[in-house]
Amino acid sequence: MAGVVETRDLTKTFTVRAKAGRVRRERREVVAVAGIDLRISSGEMVGYIGPNGAGKSTTIKMMTGVLTPSAGTVRVLGLDPITSRVELVRRIGVVFGQRTQLWWDLPLRDSFDLLRAVYRIDPQRYHANLAAFVDLLDLGPMLDTPVRQLSLGQRMRGELTAALLHDPALVFLDEPTIGLDVVSKHAVRRFLAEMNRDHGTTVVLTTHDLADIEQLCERMVIIDHGRIVHDGPLEEFRIRHGTQRTVVVDLEVEGPPLQVPNTTVVRVDGARQWLSFDRTVTTAAAVVAAVVALRPIRDVAIEEPAVEELVRELYERGGGA
Amino acid sequence: MVGERIRAGLADYRTLAAAKLRSDWQYRAGFVAMFASTVLVTAMDFAGIAVVFTKTPELGGWTFRDVAFLYGVAGVSFGLADFLVGSVEQISPRVRTGVFDMLLIRPVNALVNLTASEFTFRRVGKVAQALVVLVVATAVADIEWTLGRILMLPLTIVSGTVIACATWVITASIAFFTVETQEIANTFTYGGDLATSYPLHIFESWLRVLVTYIVPLVFVSYLPALYILDLETPLALPSWLRFASPLAAVAMVVVARAVWRAGLRHYRSTGS
Ligand SMILES: Nc1ncnc2c1ncn2[C@@H]1O[C@H](COP(=O)(O)OP(=O)(O)OP(=O)(O)O)[C@@H](O)[C@H]1O
Ligand SMILES: [Mg+2]
Repeated sequence: MAGVVETRDLTKTFTVRAKAGRVRRERREVVAVAGIDLRISSGEMVGYIGPNGAGKSTTIKMMTGVLTPSAGTVRVLGLDPITSRVELVRRIGVVFGQRTQLWWDLPLRDSFDLLRAVYRIDPQRYHANLAAFVDLLDLGPMLDTPVRQLSLGQRMRGELTAALLHDPALVFLDEPTIGLDVVSKHAVRRFLAEMNRDHGTTVVLTTHDLADIEQLCERMVIIDHGRIVHDGPLEEFRIRHGTQRTVVVDLEVEGPPLQVPNTTVVRVDGARQWLSFDRTVTTAAAVVAAVVALRPIRDVAIEEPAVEELVRELYERGGGA
Repeated sequence: MVGERIRAGLADYRTLAAAKLRSDWQYRAGFVAMFASTVLVTAMDFAGIAVVFTKTPELGGWTFRDVAFLYGVAGVSFGLADFLVGSVEQISPRVRTGVFDMLLIRPVNALVNLTASEFTFRRVGKVAQALVVLVVATAVADIEWTLGRILMLPLTIVSGTVIACATWVITASIAFFTVETQEIANTFTYGGDLATSYPLHIFESWLRVLVTYIVPLVFVSYLPALYILDLETPLALPSWLRFASPLAAVAMVVVARAVWRAGLRHYRSTGS
């Protein structure tokens, strides 16, 4: 089966005019997306992440018919997003977390009703969907409130509903959890997970909160400087990049940093010491055994680096994977 | 197929314009005040024209009644166009801030979406005023009504409205080709060289002047008025041109469509 999203060598270059001197303006090319090959299958939940300015939003805009690619091809649901924009956006849902797609001065309910008209949603289907979303996202109390009076978290639930009311096969979410508290984030994640499970909705999600990815996406695509630097299951990323482990030992008495082969003491706090090692070089068991042979210990723990830490390291290395 | 698209576009326009009207109505006081001021200004305008009607000297073969007719035809066409798509001028802030993105993620023709979302009801005032002028001018002008002239009047209004709409769209499309909208406005006002500042090969200055000033003004009312008022066609012009407004309308739509589409392809959103 063809992928719901397929890109080949997808590229976007912006020409910017920078001031150079008092009157002169210089043209400069900014390569926002530098040749991306991506294939997303139906029913996948893909986390599309990368540092600020990596090209995530630009990619999504090319997939949703907002921006025309400078080079390469993109097909979404088998359609060219530029020439078949109207046809395509009828079948997908889009949330740009930084913008609203709701009618600011009208009650939330009116926005949904307008979308029903614009997407030509079958009335029965519409009422069933709306009832389900109101229930799932706890929208009931705010349906009659003008959108401008909703809090950010409340509004974001409205945005998600607006993007999914017409049963899209595929949704693009650009930072849907930005600025939300833990309760709202949880509501958004649970909602997306249910849509994916119950309706097979394909989800492409960008975020700076890696917990979103850990809780929702089996597949993580990382881009940096417009290029893909990782594409695979989250677990694989952890295994490939997370080879550093840390043994934390509580010694009976304080002492100088322990001298254990293949480890480095990265931190000392009273009688507690952190020994870092590479999983591919030695094992936690060997390290603990070596420590015990040197000094009496009271307690021991083994720490894995958080995904967030690994991703940060990758970003800082400039994506050189 | 095309008919269906037009029907869908009109339905969307109605839905979205009604929503905008309801939104504006949320600020009732402001809405009423704005509307009242429009009505007042319009009434004063009309009073000025009424004064002119009291004297009827001649001007280059045109009586003031003829001029009033000319004014009425142009006014109704431009007024209708302004009412329907005049809000396309709101494109500049949307393009500059990237909010235009949100119009593109809807399954609605982008132009319909923009104009309907910015629909401003009070623009109806201009149409009403021009309509009054046209009715009065038609009544008092000494027109010898033949079947051809009777048919020509509505045809002229429709063509004129289409020409004016196309002109608005062409002018608004320029926003896509430049990020600094303020800059382009100045370019127009101070006559800077558009062609060298912006990649508008399709929009050479002479073409712009032709398309945005000459074609609309001449075809919207001057030429058809020559026929309806039975005036002498200036020697330089072939007399069939008096009936060419519908053709000009079609041509303008073709140009506007091309420019708008090129603009959409050129749209670059914003980085955040
Ligand atoms: N409209 C534009 N004009 C000029 N440059 C742009 C434009 N949009 C994006 N860029 C540039 O392209 C690059 C990628 O931007 P993009 O918005 O896609 O990044 P992002 O990955 O979404 O970042 P963030 O996490 O900060 O949202 C940046 O260098 C940005 O400055
Ligand atoms: Mg972004």
